[in-house]
Amino acid sequence: MTNAIEAEGLRRGYSGGFEAVRGISFTVPRGEIFALLGTNGAGKTSTVELLEGLAAPSAGTARVLGHDPYRERAAVRPRIGVMLQEGGFPSDLTVAETVRMWAGCTSNARPAREALDAVGLASREKVRIKQLSGGERRRLDLALALLGRPEVLFLDEPTTGLDAEGRHDTWELVRALRDEGTTVLLTTHYLEEAESLADRLAIMHQGRIVLSGTPSEVTAARPARIRFTLPEGIAPARLPLGLKAAAEGPRVEIRTHALQDALGELLDWAREAGVRLHGLDARSATLEEAFLEIASRTDALDVDRDGDLETAR
Amino acid sequence: MNATARRMTSLGRAELTLLGRNKNNLFIALLMPLLMIFVLRSSLGQMGSDELPGGMAGTTVIGGTGLVLVLVVYMGLVSALVARREELVLKRLRTGEATDLEILGGAALPSAAIALLQCAVLAVGGVLVLDVPAPRRPDLLVLGLLAAILLLAGLAAATTAITRNVESAGLTTLPFFLISAMGSGLMVPLDLLPDPAANIARLLPFSGVMEFVRAGWLGAGDTEDLLTAALTTLVWGALTVFAVRTWFRWEPRR
Repeated sequence: MTNAIEAEGLRRGYSGGFEAVRGISFTVPRGEIFALLGTNGAGKTSTVELLEGLAAPSAGTARVLGHDPYRERAAVRPRIGVMLQEGGFPSDLTVAETVRMWAGCTSNARPAREALDAVGLASREKVRIKQLSGGERRRLDLALALLGRPEVLFLDEPTTGLDAEGRHDTWELVRALRDEGTTVLLTTHYLEEAESLADRLAIMHQGRIVLSGTPSEVTAARPARIRFTLPEGIAPARLPLGLKAAAEGPRVEIRTHALQDALGELLDWAREAGVRLHGLDARSATLEEAFLEIASRTDALDVDRDGDLETAR
Repeated sequence: MNATARRMTSLGRAELTLLGRNKNNLFIALLMPLLMIFVLRSSLGQMGSDELPGGMAGTTVIGGTGLVLVLVVYMGLVSALVARREELVLKRLRTGEATDLEILGGAALPSAAIALLQCAVLAVGGVLVLDVPAPRRPDLLVLGLLAAILLLAGLAAATTAITRNVESAGLTTLPFFLISAMGSGLMVPLDLLPDPAANIARLLPFSGVMEFVRAGWLGAGDTEDLLTAALTTLVWGALTVFAVRTWFRWEPRR
């Protein structure tokens, strides 16, 4: 068995008719970091909760390490570690007491010191939870998720509330765990986090996966763009026809899958025509652009689909 | 130690630490029962309790046992469980290896232990200080106490479903407390109620286990009464399990 996580046609509806997860399929091979990326409300947490076994899907199947995480909870739980989006700890316990409580509920737990050292909280052992900062709580949550030496680690927005340094420390830790063979499923709305950490990622929007692959595949699938402003008196219509240019007044944007060729053609034309291109800027697609474009495009698709339904009735 | 015991002990230990750090809950668990027992004793004095089968002292010990159980196990556990739910602790615990029952059981351990300890103090004090005759049927007494703790822990879990936050726990636990105080022989002995009322009172949730506690102290009278008590308790137990499975929430309402 090579896949640690398998999701097949997962759906999750809430009472009231809202469907947060609308048919999601993906697999995560062992030893890989997989990121679910999406805006707030995209369905990331609802999806992860199905895989953690906190809820049963309304349709589709979830498999973690070959088991149904909801029905075969006892078989799966000792082998996974979970960090919820919002961790819950009794505010009057100290850090050490919380780790001890969790260790008592965990088979083959690491020594508390080791787990706290890994997240840099060892010096805060005697501090009550209510006195911890938001970032420290996130790190404590991570320490508990690591306590049982999990084979599969679920991290729901692990770095939300962390400062830049804390974020990079967490990334280092997650990479080190991956290198030791841990499979990691994480959700994030930080594009930078997905890009630098994930072996593969999926972009979710409105309960569906819209695009998935390695970070470079995902960005390569999006067009690069060139932007510039034409001087007064030069109409955009004079641009070479081969360039798919969209103009808004004198400002022009060109989208292309062959950035080098398009840029060459543009510059050749500008030199021959003696035109200066102000504010010329050319860049490959970033994950952020892919993400934003997908978000707006699916909105449009959804309107279409709803429209069709209306006419079908 | 097997895994279930290990998990429940560490959850119970954490819960005990939390109880020790919460003055409100500590007050309910330690001083309220004492206070209520004094109230009970003085009110019994005005009811003409001399004709009661257990005498005034015996009735105080029996009613006091019930008061301790309801105050410590039921009321204490409702506020503890609601606090854990609202802090998202229950949800976090459910991502771990502990089963649902172990999580609830672990949370109930400290209250159950404290209640049993207080019942023991009450029993020893009753026998030594108030000259109550020693329990005639200790087996029935122990059975009654254990059944009471299980039933109250279940009722507490069920009550959290209608309790929005820790502050409202005082209000949501009141109906059961009052019904039990008046109708299950905690504050008003059933023998003092008129017959039709007493017969209905015997079917209240807490009346069955109280009948066992009474029989434990005073000796089993009618086998039929004990059978009714056992059946009543089982039916309420089943209803409680159903309610918990249907309505118990592991995380705050969004």
